[in-house]
Amino acid sequence: MNVQDKIRQQVEENTIILYMKGTPQFPQCGFSGRAVQLLQSCGAKFASVNVLADPEIREGIKQFGNWPTVPQLYVKGQLVGGSDIMMEMHQKGELQKLIAEAQGAAAK
Amino acid sequence: MTRAEDIQKMIQQGLPDATVQVRGDDGQHFEALIVSADFAGKNLVQQHQMVYRALGANMRDAVIHALALRTLTPEQYAAESTR
Repeated sequence: MNVQDKIRQQVEENTIILYMKGTPQFPQCGFSGRAVQLLQSCGAKFASVNVLADPEIREGIKQFGNWPTVPQLYVKGQLVGGSDIMMEMHQKGELQKLIAEAQGAAAK
Repeated sequence: MTRAEDIQKMIQQGLPDATVQVRGDDGQHFEALIVSADFAGKNLVQQHQMVYRALGANMRDAVIHALALRTLTPEQYAAESTR
């Protein structure tokens, strides 16, 4: 399986998935740390992939999302954005709504 | 070292109609505010992708280590300034 297929499988199998540097417990970049905090404050149960542990995914995720930076948040297979967009959506209450809806749908 | 004004120029070239402000003095971390009518009707991911496209290889090759983006339409910007 090539790396693009692998990423596709990950985002399809996990309703909420964050590609980040480090882990939720030990983020290794301020932007990734902020993304984790925002998700946690929404009560999100999310999967995460540490791109530092896998050079192929680290490069591949940039192509996959047509997005040059990490972190990248995917909800229901769609790129939601990086930490700037997450922050802005959180301020408007949109991130909370998106997460709640995604988790509600997954629980059904 | 990358300077804020270099980034400002790169974004401006890719988005000629936009108003672009870039801040950041340490050569690594920058904040950009981009106001453009072209953002109307596009979601935030699409708006940021337009800016990333303007930055092209500089962003991919990590010449720019950290860039925080904010994109607004002129209407959104006006609404924000009067608040």
